[in-house]
Amino acid sequence: MATTALVDPDTGLTQAQLAARHGLRVAGERPSLVEYSRRLWAYRHFIAAYANAKLVASYSNAKLGQLWQVLTPLTNAAVYYLIFGVVLAQNDNIPNFIAYLTTGLFIFNFTQSAILAGTQSISSNLGLIRALHFPRASLPLSTTITQFQQLLASMVVLVGIVLVTGEPLTWKWLMLLPALLLQAVFNAGVVLFVARLGAKASDLKQVMPFIMRTWMYGSGVLYSVSLFDRLPGWATTLVQYNPLLVYIELARYALLEEAPLLNESLTQLWLVGAGWALVAGIGGFIYFWRGEQEYGRG
Amino acid sequence: MVDHFDAPVEASATMTRTQERIPTVVVDDAHIIYRVHQGAAGGTTPVAALRRLVKRTHAPNVREVHAVKGVSFTAYRGEAIGLIGSNGSGKSTILRAIAGLLPVNRGAIHTQGQPSLLGVNAALLNDLSGERNVTLGCLAMGMHPDDVAKQAAGIIDFSGINERGDFASLPMRTYSSGMAARLRFSIAAAKKHDVLLIDEALATGDKGFRKRSEQRVRELREGAGTVFLVSHQLSSVRDTCERTIWLESGLIRMDGPTDEVIRAYEAYANSK
Repeated sequence: MATTALVDPDTGLTQAQLAARHGLRVAGERPSLVEYSRRLWAYRHFIAAYANAKLVASYSNAKLGQLWQVLTPLTNAAVYYLIFGVVLAQNDNIPNFIAYLTTGLFIFNFTQSAILAGTQSISSNLGLIRALHFPRASLPLSTTITQFQQLLASMVVLVGIVLVTGEPLTWKWLMLLPALLLQAVFNAGVVLFVARLGAKASDLKQVMPFIMRTWMYGSGVLYSVSLFDRLPGWATTLVQYNPLLVYIELARYALLEEAPLLNESLTQLWLVGAGWALVAGIGGFIYFWRGEQEYGRG
Repeated sequence: MVDHFDAPVEASATMTRTQERIPTVVVDDAHIIYRVHQGAAGGTTPVAALRRLVKRTHAPNVREVHAVKGVSFTAYRGEAIGLIGSNGSGKSTILRAIAGLLPVNRGAIHTQGQPSLLGVNAALLNDLSGERNVTLGCLAMGMHPDDVAKQAAGIIDFSGINERGDFASLPMRTYSSGMAARLRFSIAAAKKHDVLLIDEALATGDKGFRKRSEQRVRELREGAGTVFLVSHQLSSVRDTCERTIWLESGLIRMDGPTDEVIRAYEAYANSK
């Protein structure tokens, strides 16, 4: 190899100098936040295709197939109505309790199922993560989109229930769309957050259902929100700013004529809802990005 | 330790290319230590787990394995490099580190572009049809939807899964392990990679597919990429790689022309 030394300009360099001379990068290095967002945008087709694929795959073993997208929320609503409407008779002071309950239930379920699926969005896709390189945020984001598609199906059911139970169709209904979009951004942020947590600690999967149930009781889904007025002042304030209660109240305000609301001011509802979406969306994205090089290792 | 061999014929062949040798992977004294969860091996009672949580210590059933102990080499554009060695010698570990999936504890690994690791374990969505998995896999590699639509049929043809009836439209869970591995290889090989890392993938599949995939690896190499191949099948290393690195317990035992390294490795394996 003596003659090679005369020709090769790389001779005598250490490995690190050689790498620097040819502009190689350290394997598995985390890109900057801007670069990461740019790459993620380049992967938008993958995110959409993956979300669709998951939706199709989720019912591929069921005989009734995609019909379950509608049947699941319907059955859910029926069970809760039986317990809280008929057995416990919570519907005394709420006009149109069925519509009140189903609105709360479907809106809450949107976030709940997104978070439960998001906790596993990294850990259940390790094969894909270890095989191919793509911005990992694609996975939790496609989980959020899958849940949004499911939500659209359950919204059809909801609109049906609300109309059948005698609510009029008004201009206020248009508010539902921006409210759902804000909630979707909020969900995306929370899903990114729990996806990173769930990638490290698989115990989270066991704890999550309890957290979600507690959250549900604090969001006035199953009973009248006027019950929260009996709490001490600070607790009522806490519940008032609960993001899920806010999104549920926005939906109830849009769809129902006489539903009891905890938040009197509509402006405040919108501001809090938008604020939560912003905080969760940006915070969740940054938190997830900071763990980018850890996913799939171990 | 690294043995260098002065084979006059090989040396002059590489010399003509020396001027434009561009490194694609530079491994600089890499050490890789990873933690292994041994499963239920004592100290798994709830009380013990709680005590660990309080004291913030690691579970006793986690052991550290020093898998790669200071490996240095440089791979150049246009090379196909075989990695051989007995089980547990660190071949797959170093491959995953080059892919950026495992951190190095000491030293560094520099790469050009993003190396892609192609392993037998790479799972796609088993509930979906082969066709859909092709689309998804291509998009996941960052291909544009238009290119995916153009190449999808070619990928399925290459994998040969349709040789016995229309399997491409069936869910992947109905595939045999060989068919699934072939489809995965075909997807990954559809894109030009700067650095392609293949882990035992060629060992699966029938003779016809192996011929096609060896041909494809050669094409990928000519497309200015570098290919790493981990395999226990010395014949497929011999057929595709002109350079081979022999790893033994986390160290490079030999690095040189495939024929010589394999001869030495076979002598070593037989003497054991």
